[in-house]
Amino acid sequence: MVTPQLKVKERENIVEPKRSESIISVTGTPKLEIKEVGKVFKTKKGETTALEKTSFSIEDGEFVTILGPSGCGKSTVLRIVAGLEEATSGKVLLDGQEIHGPGPDRGMVFQSYTLFPWLSVKDNITFGLKLKGVSNKERDNIARHYLQLIGLEGFENHFPIQLSGGMKQRVAIARALANDPKILLMDEPFGALDAQTRNIMQEVLLKAWEESKKTILFITHDVDESIFLADSVYVMTARPGRLKKKVPIELERPRDFSVKATVEFAEYKDELLSLIRDESLKAIK
Amino acid sequence: MIAKLFTPNKEIPKMFYTSAGFLTFIIFLLIWSVLSYGQIVNPLFLPTPTDVLTTAVDLFVNGEILSDIGISFTRVLFGFLAAAIIGIPLGILMGSLRIMEGAFEPIIGFIRYMPASAFIPLLILWIGLGETEKMSVIFLGTFFQLTLMIMDVTKNVQNDLVDVSYTLGAKKAQVFTKVILPASLPGIVDTLRITFGWAWTYLVVAEIVGASSGLGYMIMQASRFLQPDKIIVGILIIGILGLITDILFKAIYKASFSWMRKDGF
Repeated sequence: MVTPQLKVKERENIVEPKRSESIISVTGTPKLEIKEVGKVFKTKKGETTALEKTSFSIEDGEFVTILGPSGCGKSTVLRIVAGLEEATSGKVLLDGQEIHGPGPDRGMVFQSYTLFPWLSVKDNITFGLKLKGVSNKERDNIARHYLQLIGLEGFENHFPIQLSGGMKQRVAIARALANDPKILLMDEPFGALDAQTRNIMQEVLLKAWEESKKTILFITHDVDESIFLADSVYVMTARPGRLKKKVPIELERPRDFSVKATVEFAEYKDELLSLIRDESLKAIK
Repeated sequence: MIAKLFTPNKEIPKMFYTSAGFLTFIIFLLIWSVLSYGQIVNPLFLPTPTDVLTTAVDLFVNGEILSDIGISFTRVLFGFLAAAIIGIPLGILMGSLRIMEGAFEPIIGFIRYMPASAFIPLLILWIGLGETEKMSVIFLGTFFQLTLMIMDVTKNVQNDLVDVSYTLGAKKAQVFTKVILPASLPGIVDTLRITFGWAWTYLVVAEIVGASSGLGYMIMQASRFLQPDKIIVGILIIGILGLITDILFKAIYKASFSWMRKDGF
């Protein structure tokens, strides 16, 4: 019987954050590989390093969260993977192929509400499918499936303005999944929601993840959220952003909200809080 | 209650709001009536409301004003259409492609401060006194403002909407047709409504110089023959025509963009 305290010790030995190679997994080709990716912004006052050279990889079907204080460059990582921003150095491999620019193989959910306001819920969900030329009938079927998955049957003809914030983000998740991407990128998607809605959304997302078996890279500054969702949590340092530590979360799945009340959860939380506290202090200095 | 009416940003019952509008009109008519019926102002300068009304009825009954309205409306419409047909695509491109903004914003920003009316002598030299010249004045008066306003509307399209469409597989051309255009359409219709109103004001300028027909010409003639009642009728008609087009645009807006309203109707 290994005590949780010992588990933490073990993890510290396994993961050496400064040597990026140590974080790369050992089994086969990972789904996503981030190799020496860095970002430097040029400003009038000179150069600002938003992201130090960072390497990590994500396995197929893995749920990874990146936890960091605000302004640590965690969104930059995600936008580089999405192809919406160019890295100053390094490269990103998806299924072993280097990515260039944005594409439908990497779905994304933003923190801001990005449903197309002039399209109904159904037309939002099938936006990408229509671009691909999927037939009307098949689009209907896919839309129905995802509406059911996110629990919004009966809302297909509503416009985004008629939905609450949580509903909008559920549709945004359905829209990204309906396009069948290889990986789902989520940039603090529940950041603008109130605490209760946020908890419900986390469960909705886990259900959708278990059903779709997608690989997910999820950015958050919420410690509870990062533990509850993830197979692994990466903690990022304050600017310049750098991966400080990988913390595998070995809580049983499928998870529901009750897991947040367990001792194990509290221990993970303690560990991550102390890691992130140092960084948050640095960030506000 | 009285205190509430004069509290900043405080909502008041709709009845008070509407009555206040009527009251202003009535006070305006009252002042006009006192000045004209009371002979305080010489009728040569200020006709009575009844004089204006009978002149208006006469002009419509004998039909001479109808052809003036038709001619004026055609000029406004075509001058404005030309401005919109060039200004809308140009404005959209300027709002979404930095290179187009860089190329056209400075020159348009400069020309828009030149008074359109001052171009009339030049236009007469270049293209004569025909219909093209009248429409050109309206074009010059509206095109530059319209283009810049469309540019601003397009610029305000949320960047995340463009980004998310890329992650859903949209190509560059599709970003224009599937995202930027539908997102800026309400703003474009609203811009057209506002600039169409300005087109009416440039109409009079165009018809006062070197015209032989139209509402502006009628007003000018009435001034020469000391017919203030006819002048006022002309001004009122232009105002009402402008108001009607404004209402039409608002109706189009309401019918086309139900997705902007919570009730969905």
